[in-house]
Amino acid sequence: MDFLQQFCQQTLNGLSLGSIYALLALGYTMVYGIIKLINFAHGDILMVGAFVSYFVLKQWGITPVTLMLSFLPAMLFCLTLGVTMEKLCYKPLRNQPRINSLITAIGVSFLLENGARVLPMIGPNPRVFPTLPVVNYNWFGLVSISQVQILVFVVAIFLMLVLNYIVSFTKIGKAMRAVSFDKGASALMGINVDRVISFTFVLGSSLAAAAGILFASAYPQIEPYMGIMPGMKAFIAAVLGGIGSIPGAVLGGLILGVAETLTKGFLSSQLSDAIAFGLLILILVVKPSGLLGKPMGEKV
Amino acid sequence: MKKKWLIVGALVVVVAVIIIILTGRGKSDTLKIGVIMSTSGPVSHFGSQCRDAMLMAVDEFNARGGVLGKQVELIVEDDEKNPEKTMNALIKLVTKDKVKVVLGGLTSDCTLAITKEAQQRGILLFTPTSTNDMVTDAGDLVFRACFKDSFQGTVMAQFAIETLNAKKGAVLYDMNNDYSTGLTKSFEETFTALGGTVVATESYAGGDKDFNAQITKIKAEEPDVLFLPDYYNTVSLITKQVRNQGLDVTMLGPDGWDELVGQAGEEAVGGYYCNHYSPDADDFDVEQFVAQYRERYGLTPNALAALGYDATYIVLEAIERAGTDDPQKLKAALMETSAKYVTGHITFDENRDPVKSTTILKVVKGADGKLTTEYVGVVNPD
Amino acid sequence: MSKKKTTVVSGFVVAIVLLLLNVLVALRIIDEYTSQVLTIAGINVIIALGLNLISGFTGQLALGHAGFMAVGAYTTAALMMKLNIHVFPAIIGGALMAAIFGFLIGLPTLRLRGDYLAIVTLGFGEIIRVVMINLPDLTGGPAGLKGIPTYTTNFFWRPVVSFALVYFVLAFVVVLLSNLLRSSHGKAIISIREDEIAANAMGINVFYYKIFSFTVSAFIGGLGGALYAPFFGYLSPNMFNFQKSVEFLIIVVLGGMGNLTGTVLAGIGLTYLQEVLRFLKDYRLVIYPLILIVVMIFQPSGIMGLFGNREFSLATLINKLNSERPTQEKSSDKAGEVQ
Repeated sequence: MDFLQQFCQQTLNGLSLGSIYALLALGYTMVYGIIKLINFAHGDILMVGAFVSYFVLKQWGITPVTLMLSFLPAMLFCLTLGVTMEKLCYKPLRNQPRINSLITAIGVSFLLENGARVLPMIGPNPRVFPTLPVVNYNWFGLVSISQVQILVFVVAIFLMLVLNYIVSFTKIGKAMRAVSFDKGASALMGINVDRVISFTFVLGSSLAAAAGILFASAYPQIEPYMGIMPGMKAFIAAVLGGIGSIPGAVLGGLILGVAETLTKGFLSSQLSDAIAFGLLILILVVKPSGLLGKPMGEKV
Repeated sequence: MKKKWLIVGALVVVVAVIIIILTGRGKSDTLKIGVIMSTSGPVSHFGSQCRDAMLMAVDEFNARGGVLGKQVELIVEDDEKNPEKTMNALIKLVTKDKVKVVLGGLTSDCTLAITKEAQQRGILLFTPTSTNDMVTDAGDLVFRACFKDSFQGTVMAQFAIETLNAKKGAVLYDMNNDYSTGLTKSFEETFTALGGTVVATESYAGGDKDFNAQITKIKAEEPDVLFLPDYYNTVSLITKQVRNQGLDVTMLGPDGWDELVGQAGEEAVGGYYCNHYSPDADDFDVEQFVAQYRERYGLTPNALAALGYDATYIVLEAIERAGTDDPQKLKAALMETSAKYVTGHITFDENRDPVKSTTILKVVKGADGKLTTEYVGVVNPD
Repeated sequence: MSKKKTTVVSGFVVAIVLLLLNVLVALRIIDEYTSQVLTIAGINVIIALGLNLISGFTGQLALGHAGFMAVGAYTTAALMMKLNIHVFPAIIGGALMAAIFGFLIGLPTLRLRGDYLAIVTLGFGEIIRVVMINLPDLTGGPAGLKGIPTYTTNFFWRPVVSFALVYFVLAFVVVLLSNLLRSSHGKAIISIREDEIAANAMGINVFYYKIFSFTVSAFIGGLGGALYAPFFGYLSPNMFNFQKSVEFLIIVVLGGMGNLTGTVLAGIGLTYLQEVLRFLKDYRLVIYPLILIVVMIFQPSGIMGLFGNREFSLATLINKLNSERPTQEKSSDKAGEVQ
């Protein structure tokens, strides 16, 4: 296998991983854009989504149809969880210092992880996520793409298009953008800010659930702590693209996925996490607003 | 004013008295053995099985009238797979419960944290399952029941060259795990010494889920065998991605693959690994142990349970031979161990590591379509 | 009593209490196991105090204090084992190294507003582990570093020396922090927590004070780790994971952010509870995050919030006990507060 072939293959692997990061980063970026909170528990929603789908697929058996159908209960469960989380844990703290909600978010994250761990039906041991039989397609003898990777691309692009439609063309989407721009002013204009914030959690959590199923299909092993690393990477992706910016989150996710896979493939796997955090530090030093973010002045 | 100082003084005395009362201890005439096991935390599943097997072994002794006329009592402390908690547990067992013999810990990092302390305090430490080569370095009071990592690597390299006629070998290991790195080193050494070539050595960080980049690199070198020295949960992921990429290679593994058949899919079929014992082995001791464990706990014991059971037997039998649990005398009695146990015939070498055989198993598809293991054979130490 | 006299008496009382505790340890009235747990508790408290400085007083969330602890511990161990440096300069060296790391991490991140420090320190805590694993010559690699020389090899004195040293340093850190926080620098630091923009407008160099506070915080975190290495004699990279950083955060939050007394009480209490509550098994994993959430929502000022968020102050206590005598100064300050 020559260098070019390997390079293309690794880039494809990276784009597949990056699409999952992108889906997750969208949730971070929207929540941060609106209530200025790093929702540490976002990565764990990915885990919950994967587990819901796991239990559904165990009931129904694995076929392409059931796999697609399992997105529905997983997303529904996670959006309920996301809204509950927001109402119970973050809303009471909205007018408190930011550090308080940040600490609560860490608490929620640990609660979801360890809660799943002590639940008898989940437990600490990794489970095997049901997968479809492996089919590899070869493209021009250059790269081979697996069925799972195609699934990841198709679902990720579809969901991003849906999200784009919601945010750009619906009433609630406009309200979201307004609240993100100026919470106080939009409340004065008659926008129900509480509802918009809840809706943001609905969108973010259902995307995270979908990312969870894709992640579990690509790396078919699920356990309570599976969300931590993707969560952290997705946050970095969101900062990289410009936190608060939706296209930025997608771009950041793809860049991070490719950078990580190429590092593993051509430099050293030991460096891949360091590269991710190195990228974060670099972007903070050079362009703190991220690739596509707008620099914002400080407001009193 | 004097009155107030008096009150403060009285408070100090009261607190001191409470502490003394709390730390007081009762006496009993049982033979106490300390156990440090990870019964909670990330490896609780293994720790619990190992502890259960130990309790079963002790009950068997007690039913027969105990050891040296005394009933044996296991005092089990949980270390949460945390070296700090392991040390706390050891100090508690030694200073509060006054035990002289401690069985444990489960994982090598926890055991390594306490070997020196146990040796200096003159406590006999017998670990059933810590395979790291350095565990028994600390001194003449530290023993173990399992074979060590370098032995496993050597055995699998030997097996690859001599039985599978492999020429080109590849390794994919966890660089953050001493178990994985130690095995990699001994596998590579033996594989090269026996005339093979290690064409690719790739690594990942513990907890990684995506191995496609490394596998792509390994695939380019077209190896005959791929050695995967890690635990079953990571290995099941790797095997899947290996097959996804269409890499046709025989996979080999160490005892960490124990229970792989419950986790992995068809991708793992055809892989070989070495283990401490096989529950399906055609052996009277094994059959009896497995039957009793199943009856008592309702599941098939894994290799760690078998080792815990053996460790308890080895120590208690040595106490019977020595006539005491005094570590200095017990040490000599342990060195005379030479008997057949569930995990094979065991004697101890001068480093207090057991000289025992290892079982090689093959992952196959059973008649019911589920994965199972096939007993390939036994490799004896040189 | 005059203020000076009060300080002297406070110091005297602290010394007596420490001495008394040490005698109890030496006589094994506080048995070895309890003193072991208490010593670990003391180290946890020291590191949590450091975390409280940056998170509680400066208002910047840091999630990597296990990383600073690791830097301090491994540096001390390396200085002692490779360069044969005496234990005390080695401890200082370990703490200084952690401070350097803190400074370097703070430089790019503290310049910005927002919560970047949280995520970068979190990343630092994880990466430092990977670095430790990949420097096997210095750190023993993933198997851990065995055979670090302990404070003394004498069995009888070892628990006493460890206990004495840790609690002496703890008292020192408490005095240092309470004095720092009452100085004008301390007021500047607290003003950043209250309102960063207003502080800036008042002419406070916000970036300088954030860096200062974070570096001191890292120094104290490293100091805790440095004390840990020769106490424990064994280090392994996985002892310093994210879970450990969060444990320090729980101590700070439960005790009350921005309250030193609370950190000391919560640190000792929680460390001891961990030993007692082991029968809860893995359910304790659920209790910790619940503490974080419930405290933040219902009692953001922690347990000390129940007592009006006051600091325990020996000086005030002494003056109260002394109140039969007419006092000239009203001593409402917090001199010599210990535990």
